[in-house]
Amino acid sequence: MKDNVILRVAAKILFAPIIVFGLYVQFHGDYGPGGGFQAGVIIAAAFILHALVFGLDAGRRLFPLWLNIWLLAAGVLIYGGVGVASMGLNGLFLDYNVLAATQATGQHIGILLVEFGVGLTVTTVMLLLFHAFAGFEPRDFEGGDSVLDKGRSRDDE
Amino acid sequence: MTGLMVNICLLALLVIIVVMVMRTHRLFAVVVLSGAYSLICAVVFVNLDAVDVAFTEAAVGAGISTVLFLAALAVLPANEKQPPGAHTLTSNLAALVIVVIVGGLLIHAAFDLPALGDPNAPAQVHVAPRYLVESDEVLNIPNVVTTVLASYRGFDTLGETIVVFTAGLGVFVLLCGATRTARHTATKDERQGSGRDEG
Repeated sequence: MKDNVILRVAAKILFAPIIVFGLYVQFHGDYGPGGGFQAGVIIAAAFILHALVFGLDAGRRLFPLWLNIWLLAAGVLIYGGVGVASMGLNGLFLDYNVLAATQATGQHIGILLVEFGVGLTVTTVMLLLFHAFAGFEPRDFEGGDSVLDKGRSRDDE
Repeated sequence: MTGLMVNICLLALLVIIVVMVMRTHRLFAVVVLSGAYSLICAVVFVNLDAVDVAFTEAAVGAGISTVLFLAALAVLPANEKQPPGAHTLTSNLAALVIVVIVGGLLIHAAFDLPALGDPNAPAQVHVAPRYLVESDEVLNIPNVVTTVLASYRGFDTLGETIVVFTAGLGVFVLLCGATRTARHTATKDERQGSGRDEG
């Protein structure tokens, strides 16, 4: 799809607004519909659009595999880390009240951090899944050759 | 009255899409139709005032799932394969009997459900009133869904995040083959000079 100028220009124009909308959904989850799960999917959609239009290799140059794997684990670690941090402040696991002076501020900080961890994990999992499926090379399977030819002819289009 | 009409139209559309999915054997059409199904489900959720669920359904069900299915389709044949003896009279009859019995049981059970929005329903009288009052007035977080998801039910969401993490990692290891055996085979292939060229 790299040769189609309309798709290329549209993808370039849409890329940044999709990510801004994803961040809005991520950090506005306290006040409106949204949160980590939805925002993660939206931000992943921006990167997937880029990879669909400019090719999987360009997508991986923009968001390398090592970064993907590291952020995947970082999301879960941020979530768990908030729980451990609240334990360190003489609270219970995931008890956000002790994170700040007042209960309301503590809950706001805790929810924001936890949702950020969720969003990070969901974004990176979606990207990992997309690249795993789209870049799948069925070399280890029986009769994989015919399937591989089909995959190649699709890339040539 | 308008809500009822909208609901009937949406449910009719869902039934039409399901019948179309059953009738077609082209996998591409099935993927696109399931995306449309998710989108209409999202509208149903909006109609039920469950905006957060609708948002998730639209983003995950209609958006990412469709893309992932399309990516998976690239390595699959274009048409669904019919197993031998799939549509014999006996198998069809057995399926019909099971569907009628299960459907009848579900409809029977649905009569015992509390009415939609019933304030005396068991789900509304346990901890929900405390969440509704406390989230808005004490914590200043108007979206109760977020408070329940991230704070009151923080353990569940941690579990969900770990499930998503594990699922992603599992698919990655399975499909990208970052295992010791696969790497060994790959180096052997390269030594034999049969390294694949990148399109």
